[in-house]
Amino acid sequence: MTKIEAVIQNSKLEAVKTSLQEIGVEGMTVIEVRGHGRQKGHTEVYRGREYSVDLIPKTKLEMVLADALVEKAVQAILGAARTGKIGDGKIFLSRVDEAIRIRNDERGEGAL
Amino acid sequence: MLTSTALVLMMTGPGLALFYSGLVRKKNVLGTLMQSFALMAVVTVLWGLFSYSLSFGSGTSFIGGFQNLFLRSVGAAPDADYAPTIPAQTFMVYQLMFAIITPALIAGAFAERMKFSAMLVFTVLWSVIVYDPMAHMVWGKGGLLNASLGGRFPTLDFAGGTVVHVTSGVSALVCALYLGKRVGYPKESMPPHSVVLSFVGACLLWVGWFGFNAGSALAAGSLATSAFVATHFSAAAAAVGWAGVEWMRNGKPSALGAISGAVAGLVAITPASGFVKPMPALAIGLIAGVFCYWMVAKVKARLGYDDSLDAFGVHGAGGTLGALLTGVFAVSAVNPIFKDAQGHTLASGLLEGNAHQLLNQLVGVSIAWVLAIVGTLAILKVVDATIGLRVSEEEEAQGLDLSQHGEEGYYWEASA
Repeated sequence: MTKIEAVIQNSKLEAVKTSLQEIGVEGMTVIEVRGHGRQKGHTEVYRGREYSVDLIPKTKLEMVLADALVEKAVQAILGAARTGKIGDGKIFLSRVDEAIRIRNDERGEGAL
Repeated sequence: MLTSTALVLMMTGPGLALFYSGLVRKKNVLGTLMQSFALMAVVTVLWGLFSYSLSFGSGTSFIGGFQNLFLRSVGAAPDADYAPTIPAQTFMVYQLMFAIITPALIAGAFAERMKFSAMLVFTVLWSVIVYDPMAHMVWGKGGLLNASLGGRFPTLDFAGGTVVHVTSGVSALVCALYLGKRVGYPKESMPPHSVVLSFVGACLLWVGWFGFNAGSALAAGSLATSAFVATHFSAAAAAVGWAGVEWMRNGKPSALGAISGAVAGLVAITPASGFVKPMPALAIGLIAGVFCYWMVAKVKARLGYDDSLDAFGVHGAGGTLGALLTGVFAVSAVNPIFKDAQGHTLASGLLEGNAHQLLNQLVGVSIAWVLAIVGTLAILKVVDATIGLRVSEEEEAQGLDLSQHGEEGYYWEASA
């Protein structure tokens, strides 16, 4: 089982969600985050004082998938989230030791 | 007049309360609202007990007396000296709303770091030691600066440029310097948590100001209309002025800048509103918008004091500017305030031919400055020595809402 964490542009959430659902991803968690990579922020001015905002709002998706589905999911995300400009985001993959369904104690890939 | 009275109270709650609260960080929103609201209650009690008497009773040139203690003799019958066509009680409660908003303005300078208890004590003392004498001198019977009732240095102040804005604004500067900067200022980022709230507050202030200025005519009629028009025109021109300067300097006009400009224009026109024509009102507004922008954006940064919500930059500086410009633009055609012994109308301001009036304006403004500085410093020292003025560093980090009031302003976490 592999965990996919994807930080994407806020405006791409709907497209990414739809793409993932189309290839059979049945569960995900969506979190509002702030952060930056190489993308610079912007400056706001209030009453003559400048505020440099370098933490940019982004959307993070987390999902744990059966290994067989992972590459298709990564391609789906890339296709829907990419604009080609700095700020598109990143995808991270990591190994998951166990998954458990709270409702009925089911474990392993069946719990996903 | 009752409508005007209600409008002026609305200027404090929720006008000023929202305007200020939007500008502070989220953790201080309730604390800031409470500062305005508490004064609506506390100053009212003082006013009824003795503050009205000290301001508007007969006494010396500097302070009233105790004839109206507990509002004795303030009833349905008009007080001919002040307002011959309305009950004395109407005049009293109208003036109360001015007494409420004046100390509330000072809160802009000590925002986010003053103890609630200290603020209450400070305000009670300030109201009696600074506001009452100033109100008496400019508007009270026998007042040193009273232009309508033969004061020695008649200062033209229609609705409170000196009494309200200069006193509170200068006191604000003293408070900002005495209390010191907020922890983290100016390096830490402290943008307003809700310019939306400030926007709502500013609009309420603009509309409420018609009660403040037009109502100061103390009767419906042509003078009230003239003051209404001057007020509105000044606000508009100042908003254009401030936003325009921002557009040129920063490339974008901000919403906060536009509303701050409008407030600056309203402040500046306050002393002039019942004495000037509409075109000079536009000029006063435009000058105030640009001048106050410069005070807030340039001078404050250069001098480094933390007047958190620009009480001095807008009210102190704007009020001083307005009071002096009143001496320039006042004309007797709008308000024949000066008459000679035979009853003939005399010129009011500089452009009409009375250059001397500028000097009187300067005297009035100077007295306001001195009274504000000396009075505020004395009160701050006493309160600091007894109960302490500032919250602790931990309380400041935690925020006033939790540390002073045990509440949170917004509970938006999921709690379905």
